[in-house]
Amino acid sequence: MASIAELEKIVPQVRRDIVRMIHAVNSGHPGASLGCTEYFVSLYFEVLKHNAAKFSMNGNGEDLFFLSNGHLSSVFYSVLARSGYFPIKEITTFRKLNSRLQGHPTTHEGLPGVRIASGSLGQGLSVGIGAALAKKLNNDNQLVYTLHGDGELQEGQVWEAAMYASAKKVDNLIATVDMNGQQIDGSTDQVLPMGSLKAKFEAFGWDVLDLEKGNDITSVLSVLKTAKEHTGKGKPVMILMKTEMGHGVDFMMGSHKWHGVSPNDEQLAQALKQNVETLGDY
Amino acid sequence: MKKYTYTEKKDTRSGFGAGLSELGKSNPNVVALCADLTGSLKMDAFAKDHPERFFQVGIAEANMIGIAAGLTIGGKIPFTGTFANFSTGRVYDQIRQSVAYSGKNVKICASHAGLTLGEDGATHQILEDLGLMKMLPGMVVINPCDYNQTKAATIAIANYEGPVYLRFGRPSVPNFTPADQKFEIGKAVILNEGVDVSIFATGHLVWKAIEAGEQLAAMGINAEIINIHTIKPLDNSAVITSAKKTRCVVTAEEHQMNGGLGDSIAQLLARELPTPIEMVAVHDSFGESGTPDQLMVKYGLDAVNIVEAVKKVITRKG
Repeated sequence: MASIAELEKIVPQVRRDIVRMIHAVNSGHPGASLGCTEYFVSLYFEVLKHNAAKFSMNGNGEDLFFLSNGHLSSVFYSVLARSGYFPIKEITTFRKLNSRLQGHPTTHEGLPGVRIASGSLGQGLSVGIGAALAKKLNNDNQLVYTLHGDGELQEGQVWEAAMYASAKKVDNLIATVDMNGQQIDGSTDQVLPMGSLKAKFEAFGWDVLDLEKGNDITSVLSVLKTAKEHTGKGKPVMILMKTEMGHGVDFMMGSHKWHGVSPNDEQLAQALKQNVETLGDY
Repeated sequence: MKKYTYTEKKDTRSGFGAGLSELGKSNPNVVALCADLTGSLKMDAFAKDHPERFFQVGIAEANMIGIAAGLTIGGKIPFTGTFANFSTGRVYDQIRQSVAYSGKNVKICASHAGLTLGEDGATHQILEDLGLMKMLPGMVVINPCDYNQTKAATIAIANYEGPVYLRFGRPSVPNFTPADQKFEIGKAVILNEGVDVSIFATGHLVWKAIEAGEQLAAMGINAEIINIHTIKPLDNSAVITSAKKTRCVVTAEEHQMNGGLGDSIAQLLARELPTPIEMVAVHDSFGESGTPDQLMVKYGLDAVNIVEAVKKVITRKG
């Protein structure tokens, strides 16, 4: 069991990894990755039962995580490496030729910790459901976690999957939506207002939990614990997690403009100043 | 010309249903998913015998492909079932990312392919599916010719690790493949050895090729007839060996000329052994309503069209 203090120590280091890896290749998606750092750190260093040293694709007897909004690859790679799936040094290959760390995560190059390719949006909930159904067939009591963007919910497949999961009582599944309210062309309200996602998912038959402070480790851990207690009761569980895009780097915070833009040298220096090196840079 | 006979006509989709039913009994990892077409796909027996391994997903094909990809992660071998149109074009990106690029062991099983779906018309008659699927890296593409071969192919693909597209159809067609013939992925079946022309046919056009072969024999033309049940990987050596012998080629398929079997064979021969070739296929056109037989005649996919193509290609021999 990691203490809150220990987890909070990992967070700024992961944020450093994110901005450094994106800056190194002048490409990537810092905004939502920074916003979901607390979620990833909580999941990989506390919540998931997983075997990083001995990765198996089937993940039998382990909790599984699927990243549906694959552009959050930088934060995903950082926590995978720092929890032991592959050497931290390999992060230097991010988005470069012949790398296992592709721009969007994939199984194609055999990177341990990744079980599905994602990037084209809207597909991860279906995949998570399939993995959860396989766990039920295998009498495997561990859980399946998925992460989605709020803008991603504009993809119709998500709602096909949402309808299926409740109708067929896929109750070993905890989906989380990153409610940062931003997408490429502007705020979600400007681009395509989605109304109440809570009302929508409840109408679709999900057990919906609100997380107001998605950038606070204690709150994230608490809702993930509650979510786990809500599994096995006939309904899939949804966490609507409010985060701030670009959290932890003041000039990136709260704006869609940092969805897919790399910081320049000066901005990198500023970002690193705001996130202290706690575990050693890669 | 070797004589081929059949005792009954049967639909290839029933061959799939029978194969799936057998797999249900023999392989506990086989699971099946269907998007509200259980009866049409002949998946009822599997659904009834193995309700815990059958997933009715409703009219939501994208979700079905994603769930199938996820099921493989727990070691399952999912067979998805819907019409060919909804199995491919409708869910191309889901197949591309979650199945093909992710390297998942999903078997995409597609019925009602091509014109022989009949009266429902062009919205349902996909003639582009082979091309769509063969373009995907690593995807195996199979189009068996009759009931027995479809059944054998269904059973065979469960033992192959990787994504497969299995295409079959709705109408009853002559069932002439021996019930005990082993199905080997990527291995062409030589139906008649001949010296004057090579006819490479797939799916429902294989029987048409046999009929054409009989008509050609009556005219003194000795055709080599080869059943290419696996479009990808193509049996290159079977194609080249035959083309070397006969020095002219006709291809026949219930599919667009662009992207189909003829296209694959032409590409191979252009690289390895340039040979005159004629293609019996649909020429950049959608289908329409009608009976299967009427449509095959109107769109030029009948035995007579193969005969005409043979006569033409023989005149082009160097």
